[in-house]
Amino acid sequence: METVWRPNIKELARREMETRPVESGHRLCAGCGAGIVIRQIAMAARKPLVWLNATGCVEVATTIFPYSSWNIPWAHNAFENAAAVGSGVEAARNKLARVNRFSNDPDIDLDYDVVVVGGDGGTYDIGLQAISGAFERGHKLMYVLYDNEAYMNTGIQRSGGTPFGARTTTTPVGKVIKGKPLFKKPIVDIIVAHQIPYAATVSPAYWNDALIKFRKGLEADGPSFIHAFSTCPLGWGSNPEDTIKIMKLAVETCVFPLYEVVEGEYKLTGPSIAIAKNPAKKRPVEEYLKLQGRFRHMFKPGNEWMIEKFQEWVDKQWEMLLKKAGY
Amino acid sequence: MSTPMLGWKELPMGAVAFISSKEYPTGEWAVFQPKIDESKCIKCGLCWMYCPDSAYRWDGENVPVPSLEHCKGCGICATECPTKAIEMVRV
Repeated sequence: METVWRPNIKELARREMETRPVESGHRLCAGCGAGIVIRQIAMAARKPLVWLNATGCVEVATTIFPYSSWNIPWAHNAFENAAAVGSGVEAARNKLARVNRFSNDPDIDLDYDVVVVGGDGGTYDIGLQAISGAFERGHKLMYVLYDNEAYMNTGIQRSGGTPFGARTTTTPVGKVIKGKPLFKKPIVDIIVAHQIPYAATVSPAYWNDALIKFRKGLEADGPSFIHAFSTCPLGWGSNPEDTIKIMKLAVETCVFPLYEVVEGEYKLTGPSIAIAKNPAKKRPVEEYLKLQGRFRHMFKPGNEWMIEKFQEWVDKQWEMLLKKAGY
Repeated sequence: MSTPMLGWKELPMGAVAFISSKEYPTGEWAVFQPKIDESKCIKCGLCWMYCPDSAYRWDGENVPVPSLEHCKGCGICATECPTKAIEMVRV
């Protein structure tokens, strides 16, 4: 991790043409952010990957029987055990390498990276204890959370990652309750409390920053955790063509600031540094909210308090992050 | 029960996805699909980078080519193109 890798888009494109780790023809929705996240993980890898997927949109949409979109070793896991299977794969690899099990078989390469990918349901809620266990045992794996802020695959139920005020099918908007009344769980802080070498937040819209972080996560000395932001046009009620625009606005409004935590030290990256240095660049959350149908009720008369409350929460989180990053 | 039941040798493999998904034409979903104006393209590759369906084929030198067989027509490439060289055309 001494010299920072500078991704070259042309080189990446050539490599993807040759290897095609994630093949076209998967059945994620048009404009799905998770499709970009999984491609970028595969782009950032230097070694071969072993990919373990918790149940979620990516898992379901890429492997509809008898079709598979993966040209790399891939395994399906239940919601709750993805990180546990990841630790098992990693531990078995270490054992086989230690006893030179395949020393006379040149076809078998044990030098690979383990990537575990889960959605927000499988990370915030169901899979949290398996992740906690894997990180406590210090297995060398990268856990990537693609956060589309609800259980989109099963029909838009609220999860621990759903933000305040969002309409989901289990937190509908009515006269009394207006969307989810609670705020998002600070998942990166929970993971950082495990004292792992590397944790970061990633927005695929800033692809350079994202690829560098994925590479750092894969090459970290121990477990690493990446929180990737992923727009969901179906569940968020946004236009498919605005996927990248919403990802950029989430960073510019500080709803989803970009930072990395190396050995417990918080460091802002990319556009978030510019906002920290020049607070005038921080945009109001309305710009982010108004592109999404799930927040539409916030703009109705009488609901102005919701936008204010959302802004207040964003400001508070941002202030806390600035303090941690030393600004 | 007029048709005889398949024996275990004739049944397809279970629990193992054995056909590459590129055989599945998701391009049929699209209402609009991209058309690139080659004179405006500056070959920055952002359309390729931001495509969720890996539908763009780009060798890093020439103008990227969208595989219309797989493009679902989300329109991210047209929105993010810095020179507005991509137009979404109704298919």
